[in-house]
Amino acid sequence: MDIHEYQAKEIFRSYGIPVPEGRVAHSGNQALAVAEELGGDGWVVKAQIHAGGRGKAGGVQLSDSLEAVQQHADRMIGTRLVTKQTGKAGRLVQRVLVEQAHNIDAEYYLGIVIDRNSQRITLIASASGGMNIEELAQISPDKVVHETIDPAVGMQDFQCRKIATKIGLNGKQIITVARMMKQLYRCFRDNDALMLEINPLVRTTEGQFLALDAKMSFDGNALFRQADIIDLRDFDEEDPKEVEASGHDLNYIALDGDVGCIVNGAGLAMATMDAISHYGGRPANFLDVGGGASPEKIANAFRIVLEDPNVKAIMLNIYAGINRCDWIAKGIIKAMGDQRIEVPIVVRLAGTNLEEGRRILEESGLDYIPAERLSDAAKKSVAAAKGTGV
Amino acid sequence: MSILINKDSRVIFQGFTGQHATFHAEEAIKIGTNVVGGVTPGKGGMLHIERPVFDTVHNAVAETEADVSAIFVPPPFTADAIMEAIEAGIKVIVVITDGVPVQDMVRVKRYLVGHDAIIIGPNTAGIITPGECKVGIMPAHIYQAGRIGVVSRSGTLNYEAVEQMSELGLGLSTGISIGGDPVNGCDFLAIMQMFEQDPDTDAVLMIGEIGGSQEVDAAIWAQAHMSKPLISFVAGATAPRGRRMGHAGAIISGESDTAQAKKKRLAELGVYVVQNAAEIGKTIKDQIDS
Repeated sequence: MDIHEYQAKEIFRSYGIPVPEGRVAHSGNQALAVAEELGGDGWVVKAQIHAGGRGKAGGVQLSDSLEAVQQHADRMIGTRLVTKQTGKAGRLVQRVLVEQAHNIDAEYYLGIVIDRNSQRITLIASASGGMNIEELAQISPDKVVHETIDPAVGMQDFQCRKIATKIGLNGKQIITVARMMKQLYRCFRDNDALMLEINPLVRTTEGQFLALDAKMSFDGNALFRQADIIDLRDFDEEDPKEVEASGHDLNYIALDGDVGCIVNGAGLAMATMDAISHYGGRPANFLDVGGGASPEKIANAFRIVLEDPNVKAIMLNIYAGINRCDWIAKGIIKAMGDQRIEVPIVVRLAGTNLEEGRRILEESGLDYIPAERLSDAAKKSVAAAKGTGV
Repeated sequence: MSILINKDSRVIFQGFTGQHATFHAEEAIKIGTNVVGGVTPGKGGMLHIERPVFDTVHNAVAETEADVSAIFVPPPFTADAIMEAIEAGIKVIVVITDGVPVQDMVRVKRYLVGHDAIIIGPNTAGIITPGECKVGIMPAHIYQAGRIGVVSRSGTLNYEAVEQMSELGLGLSTGISIGGDPVNGCDFLAIMQMFEQDPDTDAVLMIGEIGGSQEVDAAIWAQAHMSKPLISFVAGATAPRGRRMGHAGAIISGESDTAQAKKKRLAELGVYVVQNAAEIGKTIKDQIDS
C-alpha cells in the first residue's frame, strides 16, 4: 500500500526525522495561506500523487513570491499530472504540499528495503542524491552502500556510523545522520513498511540535514496490525475497479487487451495471459479469484471483467485444488443469470469435482464454449475475441 | 526415494481442527500419508478425525515422533507457529497460510539459523511424493509417480504443468510449490540441490515467475554442479511493470525481473526454456526423448 509524500513526512516527524516545514493545501488560496503562515522568502509547491518523476513533469515548483505559490497550486490542482511512472492518462492532482524552500549544499540518498537475496531488512545509502538508485547501482555500484540488518538485534549504532562515513560524512555530521538512520529503521520496522526512501536527503547551507522528499509503502498483509496506516489509504489514487475487486476479495489488474481473464491462482493467471498472447491475442486483465471461490465470487468476477468495454471474449480457466469445479459452474450460471452477457465465454475447468462441474454446466443449457486444455482454451478465446469463430 | 517427504514421514497439522486443515488432512490420509495427529492450542486431549490433538507442537513430537508439519493457522499467528515447530524439532515445515507479513518471515528466517529444519512456503500448495505422502492442498489424483522433480512458485501452475505431464505419461518423484512470497523458507536453489542428490529424480522442471532473481540463481548453480537436465518456464511475459501480480513477490521492479530477461538468462545458462505455458509437458517429453 502506497501513501502520499506529505503523509510519509508526518510519520517521519513523529520519529524525530527532520523534514522541511510545510502543510497540505487543496486550492490556490489555501496554498497562499500556508505559505504566508510558513513565512520566509522561498517556497516549494509539490503535487501530491502516488507516482515518482514529478519534478521532470512540472509537479514540483520553486516559488519566490506568494503570488507564484498561489499560481502554481492553482495550475496543478484539478489537472492530471503525467510523469514517466503514471502512464499516458496521468494522475489527477487533488492537493499540493507547500514547504519552505532551503538552500542546498549537498544531496544524499537513503533508503530501506527488504532485500530478497539476504532475506533481511537492508539500508541503502549513497552520496549521489537525487538520482534513480537502481540506475546508479547499475552504472556505478561502488557509489551505493548496502548494510544488512540482523532482525534479532535490530540496527546498531556502529552500522549507522559506518554507512555515514562511507557516504563521505565527517565530524558531527556522522552522529546526526547516524541518529536519523536509526530512527528510519525503527520507522520502517514498527510500521511494517516494504520500502522507505529519502531522495534526496539534503544538507542545507546552514548545515542542517533534512528529508526533502519522502516515500513509503507498506505490507498489505500486515495492515491487520497497522490501524493508523490503513487510514492513510487514498482510494482516489487506485483504479476504482481494482478497489471494487479487492472489496470482493478478488485480485484484479486492468490491462489494455480484449480477452477478459478469470483464473484461480496468481501463477496460472499470469500463464493464462501469456498463453493468450502466445496465440496472437491480448489479455484485458489479470484476475485471480483465489482459493475457495464461491458462486457469488465468480459472478462478481464476471461483472468486473465485463465492466471493461474493450472485452470481446472471456476466458475462464480454473484448476481446482482447494477450489471446486461444481461451485465454479454454479458461479458461471449465476453470472449469466444476473446480467446479459453479449461476449463469448470460453470455459476450461480442471481438478477437484470436475465431472460434477461439467454436468451442471451442460444441463444449464447456457451458451458457452467448452475447452479441455489451456492451449485449446487460449486459442478459442483469441479466435472468439477476433470474431473469427472457433 | 524422493525429496523432503516419503511414506515414512510422520505428519502433524498445526491448526488441525480448522475447516481447511481437516479437509486436507483427510485427503492426505486417503493417499496413504501417515498423519499422526495435530495441534490446536486449548484442545489437547481430544481426538479429531481419529487422531490425537495436542496443545503444543512439543507435546505432539514427544508423543508421536512427528517430523513433518503442515501449518494452516491464520496469518497473524503463522510466524509463531513456524517457530514453535522449529523449536520442537520438526524437520520439514510446510506453511500453507497465505498473507503472512513479510517482516514476520524475516524474523522467522533469523530464528531458523542454527536449527536443522527446512521451511516450505508460506503461501504454498505444499509438497507431494505421489503414492506415498502429501503435505499440501493439491489435487492428488493428477500426480503420477515417476522420475521428474517439479518445483514451482505457484500452486495452480504446478497443477497445470503436472496435468500436461500426466497426459504424456510423465510422473513425478516429488512435486513442490515454494510459494509466491518475497521472503520464504526455501528458494529454487535449495530444492534444486535436493533433486540433484536424489537418485530417483532424473530431470527437474522449475516453474518460475516475474520478480526477484532466484530462478537465475538456481540456474547458475545448476550449470556448474547439476548433472540432470533442467527445464524451466517463467510466467508473466505479459505482466505490466510495477504491479504486484497476485503473489507478493511477483513484481517487475527492474529489467532483470521480467519474464523475457529471465528466460534469456536461463537459456544462456543451459536451461531448456519452455516458451508457451501450454507446452510444458511436451517440452519435457521432447527433452527426455532426445
